[in-house]
Amino acid sequence: MNIADIINPANLVMEKTKVMNDTPMHYCPGCSHGVVHKLIGEIIEEMDIQDKTIGIAPVGCAVFAYQYLDIDWQQAAHGRAPALATAVKRLLPDRYVFTYQGDGDLAAIGTAETIHAANRGENITIIFINNGIYGMTGGQMAPTTLQGMKSSTSPTGRDIPRNGFPLNITNLLAQLEGTCYVTRQSVHTVASVRKCKKAIQKGFENSMLNKGTSVIEIVSTCSSGWKMTPADSNDWMVENMFPAYPMGDLKNI
Amino acid sequence: MKEEIIIAGFGGQGVLSMGKILAYSGLMQGQEVSWLPSYGPEQRGGTANATVILSDERISSPVLNSFDTAIVLNQPSLERFECKVKPGGTLIFDGNGFHKFPTRTDINVYRIDATEYAYANNASKTMNMIILGGLLKVRPIVKVENVLKGLKKSLPERHHHLLDMNEKAIHIGMDLIRKIN
Amino acid sequence: MSTEKKHNTEEVRLMKGNEAIAHAAIRCGCDGYFGYPITPQSEIMETLMDLEPWNTTGMVVLQAESETASINMVYGAAGCGKKAMTSSSSPGVSLMQEGISYMVGAELPCVIVNVMRGGPGLGTIQPSQADYFQTVKGGGHGDYKLITLAPASVQEMADFMVKSFDLAFKYRTPVMILADGIIGQMMEKVVLPPFTPRWTEEEIREQTPWATLGKTPDRKPNVINSLRLEAADMEKLNLVLQSRYREIEQKEVLFEEFECADADYIIVAFGITARICQKTVELARQKGIKAGLIRPITLYPFPTAQIKEYADKVKGMISVEMSAGQMIEDVRLAVNGKVPVEFYGRMGGIVPSPEEVLEALENKLIG
Ligand SMILES: Cc1ncc(C[n+]2csc(CCOP(=O)(O)OP(=O)(O)O)c2C)c(N)n1
Ligand code: SF4
Ligand SMILES: [Mg+2]
Repeated sequence: MNIADIINPANLVMEKTKVMNDTPMHYCPGCSHGVVHKLIGEIIEEMDIQDKTIGIAPVGCAVFAYQYLDIDWQQAAHGRAPALATAVKRLLPDRYVFTYQGDGDLAAIGTAETIHAANRGENITIIFINNGIYGMTGGQMAPTTLQGMKSSTSPTGRDIPRNGFPLNITNLLAQLEGTCYVTRQSVHTVASVRKCKKAIQKGFENSMLNKGTSVIEIVSTCSSGWKMTPADSNDWMVENMFPAYPMGDLKNI
Repeated sequence: MKEEIIIAGFGGQGVLSMGKILAYSGLMQGQEVSWLPSYGPEQRGGTANATVILSDERISSPVLNSFDTAIVLNQPSLERFECKVKPGGTLIFDGNGFHKFPTRTDINVYRIDATEYAYANNASKTMNMIILGGLLKVRPIVKVENVLKGLKKSLPERHHHLLDMNEKAIHIGMDLIRKIN
Repeated sequence: MSTEKKHNTEEVRLMKGNEAIAHAAIRCGCDGYFGYPITPQSEIMETLMDLEPWNTTGMVVLQAESETASINMVYGAAGCGKKAMTSSSSPGVSLMQEGISYMVGAELPCVIVNVMRGGPGLGTIQPSQADYFQTVKGGGHGDYKLITLAPASVQEMADFMVKSFDLAFKYRTPVMILADGIIGQMMEKVVLPPFTPRWTEEEIREQTPWATLGKTPDRKPNVINSLRLEAADMEKLNLVLQSRYREIEQKEVLFEEFECADADYIIVAFGITARICQKTVELARQKGIKAGLIRPITLYPFPTAQIKEYADKVKGMISVEMSAGQMIEDVRLAVNGKVPVEFYGRMGGIVPSPEEVLEALENKLIG
């Protein structure tokens, strides 16, 4: 059997969403970012909203998200994505507007923008990749870095008196009147990927119902920043991240 | 004495650390040294390089456009740096995975199959020392004893038991390198 | 280069410019570092976290949630008469501009390190010198100047850390160390400055009587503030600042010359570009072209008088920068039309080679 025989419509098991292009991704092997990109692409295709969706890319490893999904994008300054999204959605209320942000972007430098957009109840979808580290800049401590977890700026592990507590910003956002749907997901197994997809889709749908802000946190791995193999990273995440950031809906109205 | 060197290859091949070891060796030898890495996401699997200068005199520019010696460990690096070797200079390459080979005749070209050797002998950790050994055979710019002194200085104490292994690797490299032209 | 000092008892080490900043900060008695990660300078905070100075000198090191927070933490520490610093790279320094203006208004000393990268915007992490205008011409609002030191070697990264704190406290002003990605990332030999203990509270009271350390019965409350609602009061503060700037311009100019004595053509360049151009001068001299180099070490105060002097002696000058041409404006002001002042630069993170600078010099000045 040669390649041409294999690449045959009859053998097609799964097709890549057309919203996602063929640009090779820069993400490290095993990184959660790529999986979540794929889910967003599939949802946009299935909801047939490619022409009605505007993504706001963060500063972080996902800074190049605009290279992989063929939709219109705006690339924000570090932490400012929710501010851009606020204006885009208010000026184009019939579009699907989402931000895609890491933990440093959303919960450190952009805390004010995040909280105030959510508190205003902007009709946007916030997709929050929580890998507990600054992946892009080489593994520094993030607001969500766990107690005792090592990073290049907490080489002996996060120490509460010095660095403060891990910031569970999703819990905080769930308490705001402006949010309508706040959930925590992951993408490390087939089942969790399916669940996560449903959650993101719900977030997108909510944004047209004038209900407020939807927040989908995806507890993620960063094998480079964590200095582990991708498989070990998944195990480590389940063992250590999940107890601190438990899976499931925090709010759904 | 002044030697201007570029070391280039894939991110994981240890080009930056090979350059560092060379710089530390120069320091031990009382020379002026500079080590300039390419930096950023390039390092994640892409092509990385380090410019190393060893000199008896003060170093003006740490940024260079031509080199006395180039060590290239992958195809893109050969393509980028072969033309930047000064006439009469030295080019050392590890032929692993190459499909096009050096063509210049006005420079000294050497081949060292360190990757192949390291793979066959389960010695991937010392691959860069093998290559460094090859370099020192054809360009004895620093003494082996100073390389070891430099290693000792730059390695944390708990790794000092690896020094013997590294010394062996240098000698393996000295045997392995072959002149091509 | 010229400010290289040897502290006899200290060993020669090999380290990155970023690491040298961290080591020197601890050694010169810095009380607090506040920063936010950004390439190509994250090693400064990483090195500090690794060295754990809170266990030795008691220096506080804190990762802030943003550069806005970092500079305001520096404001708070400086208001207590403490030696406080931050470091960042271009996009982060842009965020700090508000805080810097407030610190100038409140007459607070501090050291800010900018390891420049290519812009505008998020730009590139590759080296650049395009923040010259922002730094030297006052990036924030209001009439102010920042003393700006431009290191050209790892040794100077260490030395200028010490010098910057001295200047900051002498003139009660923020001081900028304007480096670039190359100096931050490259390793060279360095002799670190000797350890100086942090100021005791007694020393702080003596050196900075304005500091908010708690009102004692013998004095009025100290207030750190940049608000002067009355225009007359605001002008008074401005006059104080301006007279300080005149004094700085008189006393603090630093520059270096290389092969200028008999030069027909002078290259003006700062930071790493000056190192590159030093090699250009060597190459030019091999070709029989009498080239020389002036390297402003302080970008503010600028060596205007020194450059002006050479304007009478040479056939032309060329400003070489990793930008679209910013310092050239100051060179032209100094030369005042006496000889042609040309420009050569690369932008967006591209580093010019010594050879291409020579070619530019030949094409633009010799023709
Ligand atoms: C104003 C500013 N400060 C700092 C940076 C450097 N920077 C780029 S990405 C990043 C953190 C990214 O971490 P996170 O948001 O968790 O994303 P991840 O890479 O982990 O997905 C930082 C600090 C910047 N680009 N701009
Ligand atoms: S550094 Fe971490 S977050 Fe960034 S691509 Fe690699 S694994 Fe993903
Ligand atoms: Mg992160």
